[in-house]
Amino acid sequence: MARKLVVIGAGMASGRMLEHLTETAPEAFDITLLNAEARGNYNRIMLSPVLAGDKTYDQIVTHDDAWYAARSIACRFGAPVTRIDRAAKTVISGGQTTPYDKLVIATGSAPFIIPVPGRELPGVVSFRDLDDVGTMQAAAARGGAAVVIGGGLLGLEAAAALAAQGMQVSVIHLMGHLMERQLDPAAGYLLQKELEGRGITIHCRGATKAILGADRAEAVLLEDGTIYPADLVVMAVGIRPETRLAVDAHLEVERGIVVSDQMVTSDPDILAVGECTEHQGQLFGLVAPLYDQAQVAAQVLLAEPAAFRRRQTATKLKVTGCDLFSAGDFADGEGREEIVFRDPARGIYKRLVLQGDRLIGAVMYGDTADGNWFFGLMKESADLSDMRETLIFGPAFQGGAPADPMAAVAALPDDAEICGCNGVNKGRIMAAIQGGAGTLEAVRACTKASGSCGTCSGLVEQLMAATLGEAFAAPAARPICGCTELTHEDVRRLIKARALKSMPAVMQELGWKTSCGCHVCRPALNFYLLADWPLDYRDDPQSRLVNERNHANIQKDGTYSVMPRMWGGMTNPEELRAIADAAEKFGAAVKVTGGQRIDLLGIAKADLPEIWADLNAAGMVSGHAYSKGLRTVKTCVGSDWCRFGTQDSTGLGITLEKRLWGAWTPHKVKLGVSGCPRNCAEATCKDIGVVCVDSGYQIGVGGAAGMDVKQTERLVDVASEQEAIDWIVAFVQLYREHGKYLDRPYKWVAKVGLGWVQEVLADDRRRAELVARFDLSQTIYQKDPWAARTDAATRRAWSPLADLTREAAE
Amino acid sequence: MTWIDIGALDDIPARGARVVKTAQGCVAVFRTQDDRVFALDDRCPHKGGQLSEGLVHGHRVTCPLHNWVFDLETGQAQGADEGQVATFAARIEGGRIWLDAARLLRRGAA
Repeated sequence: MARKLVVIGAGMASGRMLEHLTETAPEAFDITLLNAEARGNYNRIMLSPVLAGDKTYDQIVTHDDAWYAARSIACRFGAPVTRIDRAAKTVISGGQTTPYDKLVIATGSAPFIIPVPGRELPGVVSFRDLDDVGTMQAAAARGGAAVVIGGGLLGLEAAAALAAQGMQVSVIHLMGHLMERQLDPAAGYLLQKELEGRGITIHCRGATKAILGADRAEAVLLEDGTIYPADLVVMAVGIRPETRLAVDAHLEVERGIVVSDQMVTSDPDILAVGECTEHQGQLFGLVAPLYDQAQVAAQVLLAEPAAFRRRQTATKLKVTGCDLFSAGDFADGEGREEIVFRDPARGIYKRLVLQGDRLIGAVMYGDTADGNWFFGLMKESADLSDMRETLIFGPAFQGGAPADPMAAVAALPDDAEICGCNGVNKGRIMAAIQGGAGTLEAVRACTKASGSCGTCSGLVEQLMAATLGEAFAAPAARPICGCTELTHEDVRRLIKARALKSMPAVMQELGWKTSCGCHVCRPALNFYLLADWPLDYRDDPQSRLVNERNHANIQKDGTYSVMPRMWGGMTNPEELRAIADAAEKFGAAVKVTGGQRIDLLGIAKADLPEIWADLNAAGMVSGHAYSKGLRTVKTCVGSDWCRFGTQDSTGLGITLEKRLWGAWTPHKVKLGVSGCPRNCAEATCKDIGVVCVDSGYQIGVGGAAGMDVKQTERLVDVASEQEAIDWIVAFVQLYREHGKYLDRPYKWVAKVGLGWVQEVLADDRRRAELVARFDLSQTIYQKDPWAARTDAATRRAWSPLADLTREAAE
Repeated sequence: MTWIDIGALDDIPARGARVVKTAQGCVAVFRTQDDRVFALDDRCPHKGGQLSEGLVHGHRVTCPLHNWVFDLETGQAQGADEGQVATFAARIEGGRIWLDAARLLRRGAA
């Protein structure tokens, strides 16, 4: 007599298992299939195309009633199983008891619903089964706005499908780039750009705070205060294994139902397959390994030897027009090399990761035609030593000789377009070179080639080298670092000209040679981006060096120094008491600085949030003594006290400090304001120095008193305090917009020329615009970093992750 | 090996590090952009800088004091600088970070 097999869950894994089982041994089991959903097995992966209207439900059904009937499978759909009785070996569903000899749990997974207020409002759906698709289609038919929470595979497919049906779609994603588990930031950037091009709003680093609405969902509120209107909210933040039945039956369950290599649970008569399982600590979301599980489970049920092994999987996004492929392990690592190919003009990014002569990972965007070829090489672990030079160009290029870039340029026909922006072909550039243009600048001046976006500069130089040979010496402009051939100036210009607003955007569009930069370029790019795009770019603490990341100055012994602001060098008894208390409480050394402030040295990192809280409580804020930004404004006592003082230098100093603090600059900026030409505030060796005179204010810039000592040069003389403030703010903004990272103002002024600075600032309209842009940036950045970092989360983050000093070795 | 659960992966920012205090000194635990973790002695062999405060790029870290660069997998100084930092095995399991503390715990029960 056939034994009784009961299967809970009619999904893709159990469906595939039943196929194997009934093909190999149709008589071995009496099979009962129970399913909570009121239908049989369909291809869940194709829900996105159904939502998009590209397919119908009928087209994605894999097993219809006839299929089950032909195999004598007793189906009970729409009847959720309530209990497994292991002692009696029965399954209870809808008051009915079904006995089993062998049981297979394939309950799949449940969508993860983030626990925010409003999650139970009508109009909030997950994207898991056909009923969800029905709800979404009904909403799409009414039009309006949809918010998709979760920028992973499923969320983006839902977003693209809803947008295609005319909804205004926003995607809220918690992480820094889309599909972060399958894509690196460069590919994530390109994907975001493509989706934005379809009118979808993408909000990365967005944490959902609540879903708003009275009777139904109306909007989604984020932690940062952003509100997106929403007639429909789709939660696609992830799944969790559906394990409730297994837990109630006291099977071993971690995050999923724990299964052996044979897919057997802790009860030898119960197997589990699919997304509800956990194997060697791993959960499953993609279908390929689940099909392997199904095969193994079928064999084990038939008492054949079989063992499940995890295998590499590849991901493709099922959104029409978004070509994206990811497979294997694409992390950097010892002994690993990466081959990166970027074609900014066509939006293509490919990255291969090799270990030795084997390919172990690949991420591709824009052109994924070779994805399966690479995936094949990966699975075969093929030896690639013979083809690695041309590997990234795919199978079509194998077998030929490695290309010489110079020969390739020389071989281009005369009408080949070199500069896409200005439509300049090779012939015109050659004519210019032969006509005497011997430098890149000369070629640019007479042909406009490389004059706009600049990415063809390298090609033009190769043409010059090919034409002029030895006579052409490539310009000695120094690239930022080994990650790029571009100089700081090039990068700044291109960030503005091409509206590059994120680090992955810069690295992709400008052809960075590394996947995530280095300690030289990342801090510079972080500054350029936040200075040029204050509203769009979000400061990246991990691209800041230690002092700016921790908001204190690291000392040689690993402790930190803490320095509160003293506006214009003024303080009072209350502040001094608080400083003294803090010094005592934290055992700090106390030093009076050259910038008219008090430094507390020797503070442990873990104590920083607490000392900040103490100083905040006395009304003091960070002095930014650690930042490439405004440091101090040194003043003398001016007309308030001094018998020689001509103007209120202290007051002006305080006003300037209150206006400028918190702004990031290419390097540190120190100011001085002296009340008379005796110059007690030493204003004439500051980055910006004001000397008050009877007739008004003399503003000097570009002083230095560090590695170099230099007197300021006179920028302008003005009559009123307001004019002085406007000129100084505008000067700082011009420096922020044009300075090279780590150039103090004196170096920058020497490069661009004081005359140019004066010309720009003397233009009333441009001066006012600079001031407006500065003030706009300050709405984002003029925030006390201490006050933002006294909370419990910062205290934890600033403390050791773990303390093992008390654990003894056995 | 003595595997100890030292915290959640999400406790460390990507391209960042946190410190684990041990009887043998501090250990820097790094999380790279691709979500791998590495554990190294938190002390630069040059002037004792805390590598945990360095900038993390690829599978490397730059010392915050004088910009020595170390490979996170081997602890080897890169480029012209010579030196090596001790490394410890670390792995991620179920979103938790496990550190091999065999060489880090106090020897014997006091």
